[in-house]
Amino acid sequence: MMQIWHQVFQPGLFTYPFLIHAWVSASAIAIISAVIGFFVNLRGESFVAHALPRGAFAGAAAAFLVGASSLLGLSVFAVAMALGMGTMRRQGEKGVSTALILVMALALGDLFLTVGNAYAPEVFALLFGQLLGVSASEMIAITILSAVLLLVVGAVFRPLLLSSTVPEFAAARGVPLTVMNITFTVLVALAASLTVPVVGALLAFSLMIGPAAAGWYLAKSPGRAMAYAVVVALSSVWVSIVIGYDTSLPVGFLVATFCLIAYGGARWIHFSRSRRAPAPSPRPQT
Amino acid sequence: MHGLQYIVAAGFFQSPEVQVALMVGSAVAVTSAVVGTFVVIRGQSFLGHALGDVGSTGAAGAALIGIQAIWGFLSGGLVAGVAVDVLSRRPRERDVATGVVLSSMLGLSALFIYLITQLSSSTGVTQEILFGSIFTVAPRLVWPLSVLSVLALMLIGFLYRPLLLSSVSEDAALSRGVPVRLVSLLFLLAMITAVEQSALVVGALLSTALLIGPAATAIRFTRQLGYTLLLATVFALADTWVGILLAYNSFTWPPAGRGWPVSFFIVAIMVFLYLVSQIIPRAPSRRADKGGDSQ
Repeated sequence: MMQIWHQVFQPGLFTYPFLIHAWVSASAIAIISAVIGFFVNLRGESFVAHALPRGAFAGAAAAFLVGASSLLGLSVFAVAMALGMGTMRRQGEKGVSTALILVMALALGDLFLTVGNAYAPEVFALLFGQLLGVSASEMIAITILSAVLLLVVGAVFRPLLLSSTVPEFAAARGVPLTVMNITFTVLVALAASLTVPVVGALLAFSLMIGPAAAGWYLAKSPGRAMAYAVVVALSSVWVSIVIGYDTSLPVGFLVATFCLIAYGGARWIHFSRSRRAPAPSPRPQT
Repeated sequence: MHGLQYIVAAGFFQSPEVQVALMVGSAVAVTSAVVGTFVVIRGQSFLGHALGDVGSTGAAGAALIGIQAIWGFLSGGLVAGVAVDVLSRRPRERDVATGVVLSSMLGLSALFIYLITQLSSSTGVTQEILFGSIFTVAPRLVWPLSVLSVLALMLIGFLYRPLLLSSVSEDAALSRGVPVRLVSLLFLLAMITAVEQSALVVGALLSTALLIGPAATAIRFTRQLGYTLLLATVFALADTWVGILLAYNSFTWPPAGRGWPVSFFIVAIMVFLYLVSQIIPRAPSRRADKGGDSQ
C-alpha cells in the first residue's frame, strides 16, 4: 500500500522548493482563471479568452526586441488588445474584431521575432510556460496579484453578472454596457498577463474554458457554477502536477485532458439529470 | 518603365519562389475570401480560426507517425469540426464547445511536440509547424492544394442558394424546406477543406486573416451577396499580391537585410482596409435590414 503511495507521490513532490512554488502559483492561477472563466462562459466569449493570452505573446516578442521585461510587454499588449476588443465590440459580429486584433498582434510578433534576429527561447517558452521555474519572489507576486484581481472581480461582480446574463435589463437599470464590455475584456487581459508567463498561452486558455464549462452544466445558480469551476480547476492542476512530475508528460496536455474529462462528465451528469426529470429544466429548449 | 524598378525589386517575376508564392497565395486568397464571406455572415469566425489552429495538431501528429503533413491538417480539421458539431446541440453551446475542443486539441499538440522532441531531438519541427511561410511551399504541393481549393469552391457553388438562405435566416430556410442541418454540415466540410489547405500553405495566422478580413471589409461596402463575394475576392487577391511584393522588396530593408515576414504585410494592409471600411458610412439596405449584425 505504502509502495503505491510512494510511486504516485514521489519523494520531493511536496518538499522541493521549486515544486512548492509550482503548487502555490498554479493554485492561485487556477482559482483566478476559473473565476474569470465563469464570465467568459456566461458571455459566450471563448474566442477572447483564446485570443488575449495568445496575442499577448507578441508583446513579449516586442519587449525582447527593445530589451524590456517580457512581463511588461505581455501586459501592455494584452491590455491594449483588450481595449480594442472592448470598444470594437459594438459594431459588427463580435468574432470579427477579435479575430482581426488577434492576427494583427500575431503578425507584429512575427515581425519582431524576425527583425529582432531569430531565436528567442524566452519568447517561445511563453507558449508553453515554465511552471517549474517559478522563483519564490515570483510566487509571492503571483499570489498577491491574483488576490487583488479577485477583489476587483468582487467589486464589479453584480453589474458584470447582470450585463452578462440580461443585458437589456442591465441597461435599463443604468449599467453602461460598453463599459462592462471593456471591463470584461480588460479583466481577461490582466488574468492572461498573470498566467501566461507561468503556465503558457495554451494552458491559460484551457483553465479559463474547461472548468467554467463544467461548472455551468453542474450547477443551477451562478455562485455554485463558479464554485464548481474553481474545484474543477484546482483538482485538474493538482492531479496534473503529480502526474507530470511522475511521468514528465507536458503539464499543458494533462490539464487540457482533465478539463476535457470534467467537461464531458459534467455534460453527462446534466444529460442524465434532465432525462430523469425533464420538467424543471432551467434553460430554454430550442 | 524606369519607375517600376523602384516598386518591384529586381528579379521579382523571375524568382521561382515568388512564382510559387503568387500561385498558391492567389488560390488561398480566392478560396478564403469566398468561404470566409459565409463564415462571417454565419458568425462562425471563432470556429474558422480554431480549425486553422487544430490543423497544426494534426500536422504534429503526422510528423510523429511519419505521414504527409497535409493529411495531418485535414484529419485535425475533421476531428475538431465533427467534435464541435456534435457538442453544440443548442446554439448557446457552440462557443464553449469550440473553446473546449480547441483547448483539448492544443493540449494534444503539446503532447505530440513533446513526443517528437523526445524521439528525434530536433526543435526545427516545432517552429515550422507554428509559423508556415508562403515562400517555402514545395512546388510539388501546388497541385494537391489547388485541387482542395477547387473542391471547396465547388461545394460552395453547389450549396449557394440554400446556404445563403439558411445563413441569413434559419427559420425562413426551414419553412421553404431547405435541409438546414445537411447544408450546415456540407458547409462545415467546405470550411475545413479551405481552412486546412490555407493553414498548411500560409500558416494558421494568415489563414485566419484571409478568411475573416476581406469578407468583413467587403460586407461593409455592399449588401448584395454577389458583390460581397466579388469584392472580398478582390481585396484578398490584391492584399496577397502587394504583401508578397513588399516582403520580397524588404530583403534590402533595414535592420538586417533578411526580409520582413510576408504575414506582417498582408495583415497590416488588411487591418487598414477594415478600419477604413468602418469609418465610411454603411451601404444603404435595399431590403429590410436583416438584423443580428448591428446593435
